[in-house]
Amino acid sequence: MSENRKLTVSSSPHIRSAQDTRSIMLDVIIALCPALLAAVYVFGLRALLLTCVSVAASVFFEWAYRKLMKKPSSVGDLSAVITGMLLAYCLPANTPYWIPVFGALFAIVIVKQLYGGIGKNFLNPALAGRAFIMASWPAFVAASQAPLSYDNIFNFGADAVTAATPMSFLHTGSLPNVGILDMFIGKIGGSLGEVSSLALLVGGAYLVIRKVISCRIPLSYLLTVAVLTFIFPKGNNSFLWMLYNLLGGGLMLGAIFMATDYTTSPVTPRGQIIFGIGCGLLTVFIRYFGSYVEGVSYAILIMNVCVWLIDKFTLPRRFGVDKKAAGKSKEVAAQ
Amino acid sequence: MLFKFHGGVHPDEKKSPADKIETTPLNPPPQVVIPMSLHIGAPCRPIVKVGDTVKLGQKIGDTEAPVSAPVHASVSGKVVAVEPRLTPAGTMVTSVVIENDGLDTPCETMVPYPEDRLSDQDAIAALIREAGIVGMGGATFPTAFKITSGKGKVDTLIINGAECEPYITSDYRTMLEHPDEVLGGIRLLMKACGVSQAFFAIEDNKADAIRLLNSKNPKDSGINILSLKTRYPQGAEKQLIKTVTGREVPPGGLPAAVGCAVFNCFTAYSVYRAAYEGRPAIERVVTVAGSAIERPRNYLVRVGTPLEYVFQQAGGFRKEPHKVIMGGPMMGVAVYDLSVPVIKATNALLAFCEDETKTVENPACIRCGKCVQVCPMNLMPLYLYLYEQKDDFAGMEKYRLTDCIECGACSYICPGRLHLTHSFRAGKAKIAARAAAEKARKEAAKGTAAV
Repeated sequence: MSENRKLTVSSSPHIRSAQDTRSIMLDVIIALCPALLAAVYVFGLRALLLTCVSVAASVFFEWAYRKLMKKPSSVGDLSAVITGMLLAYCLPANTPYWIPVFGALFAIVIVKQLYGGIGKNFLNPALAGRAFIMASWPAFVAASQAPLSYDNIFNFGADAVTAATPMSFLHTGSLPNVGILDMFIGKIGGSLGEVSSLALLVGGAYLVIRKVISCRIPLSYLLTVAVLTFIFPKGNNSFLWMLYNLLGGGLMLGAIFMATDYTTSPVTPRGQIIFGIGCGLLTVFIRYFGSYVEGVSYAILIMNVCVWLIDKFTLPRRFGVDKKAAGKSKEVAAQ
Repeated sequence: MLFKFHGGVHPDEKKSPADKIETTPLNPPPQVVIPMSLHIGAPCRPIVKVGDTVKLGQKIGDTEAPVSAPVHASVSGKVVAVEPRLTPAGTMVTSVVIENDGLDTPCETMVPYPEDRLSDQDAIAALIREAGIVGMGGATFPTAFKITSGKGKVDTLIINGAECEPYITSDYRTMLEHPDEVLGGIRLLMKACGVSQAFFAIEDNKADAIRLLNSKNPKDSGINILSLKTRYPQGAEKQLIKTVTGREVPPGGLPAAVGCAVFNCFTAYSVYRAAYEGRPAIERVVTVAGSAIERPRNYLVRVGTPLEYVFQQAGGFRKEPHKVIMGGPMMGVAVYDLSVPVIKATNALLAFCEDETKTVENPACIRCGKCVQVCPMNLMPLYLYLYEQKDDFAGMEKYRLTDCIECGACSYICPGRLHLTHSFRAGKAKIAARAAAEKARKEAAKGTAAV
């Protein structure tokens, strides 16, 4: 009866959830969009163009490397798009266009693909790309573009006015010369994707609602920075000092989008909290005692290399061998 | 108070429309194939031979081994073959093939058990064994052995009515259509285990069944109906015990180690029928559903009915099936030959026209950690996978591969579409093979030393 019927046999489960790598990455891209809009609003359309160049370069290198090595293409998973966006977000809007191209080359080929591609890299590609740029061409990325006024939104030139960022004020121990509301909205100087805490928080909320990330890493990271800066303020207004430290620099971008990168963060709940606290401690240490004005990227990169170690030491409790449960079973046996 | 097990997933329930339609008795097939091993444990020996005439409910296979359950004829007729036949699990097992005479002549043993003996603990256990009752939820562990081996250790009886797998509604329909019989079966199981309290655990997506059962005043006889959160694998034995009692079965241990005994809802129903109707385990309710099925619903099917016949009687396929599964979509077994028979644990037969496994060419772990979040055994599937792929036995042991209950939650949730559950099955097989090889080597060394 059943001779002609061809049935597929496979190991259970026979159904899978709808969420796949591509849909997750798409959610992250959507979550990154508010920050891009804010960047265009603050720095002009050049911010958008710089991001496009960075994304195009990342996707190209991802495609070209896999093609050259005769490996199946992985452009479809969209992870290279995110690397490109995040890399651009770490750069000032007036950065020359060729800079993110080299950054993307380093991030995609050296950091990601040479280690086996998606899921195998041990450093966040975008942050490593930024570190590479900082080490190679510091002069091009050190001077931050100042926010534009409204009528300048079509500014494409790299000759925009540069200004000291709030972080350089904080580094000297004084409060920045911008209001806390401008800090929150992002009408400040800085890297293009990091300025608007509001936009980043909206994106973060989207990721949490869509269950792409949990709150553990961002919250433990931000809380650690908040507590440390509140307890050890420079100046006499510790609350304001704390707020400026939370809203300034790349902290929001780092805590919400970089430290939560799946591949380079722990998978255990306890490990994620340890990771967040570690990032927070290192960020404050670098901001307080380092020669760089900002510590977020190096803090996350340093914690990146500890991830497997953290996972190893935060192994979840074995089912059935908890002290309490074991006690209960003995109780029962004694009855 | 209910406890909570860690992790779990919530796939689309897809219980409709089969859950709304009354169970339909399926015509017995012209021929049944009854494997001599319808349970976990020692297989039975056939006690009939080719040419014998058998009656409905007549015992046709048995064994002396303690972990076993006898096998009965599910139709009356003539034995036409006793030979190895393919089972749903893909193994060849000695089976008795009976040509149905269509008369259903009942066997003399099919009479209600004397009421006065139903108060005796051991008599109930003996009757359960004689009726060939096994764990009807899918594990097929001999029920009588569970009762006798747990004697003195069990203080809590749990009846599993969770039915947490998508599509399956056979327990649900049984609760709705035979609430008194199910509760009666539970009372017998309580007596057999010597306990005065039982918990009947049902997921809250079966609210009307919970309401109906509660209207029968189950508390008067010590039965507590519990409404559990709908979350897969709520019905997995260890997770169910954790939810109901907060106790955790130790690794490698049985529920009796924490004073629990768990019986499936349909097992309780089968116990009732064996005691009060004299009917052994020769038929069961099967959910027939899936995208390829013309008329999804529950059918009362005789054990030994070929799957092909079930599908045919159920209205045939709407479309050519791509995959046929015995059991649920999360833990069921894919069947490649539809001549295999329905067995005692067949709670569902699903046929899908499309591949719903969403297999990709290049599965890649992105370390999202979702597998760690959903694992009900607190494992780290992503690391286990790495160790299994590398044949790293130390790693597999450290990350507790053998604790895996193969519920499939990690594979279900994995966005990188890794074959996690499958690789853990392979890993367990590797560990077993290595242990066997080591044992053989040791024995060989001992042999040489003795010489």
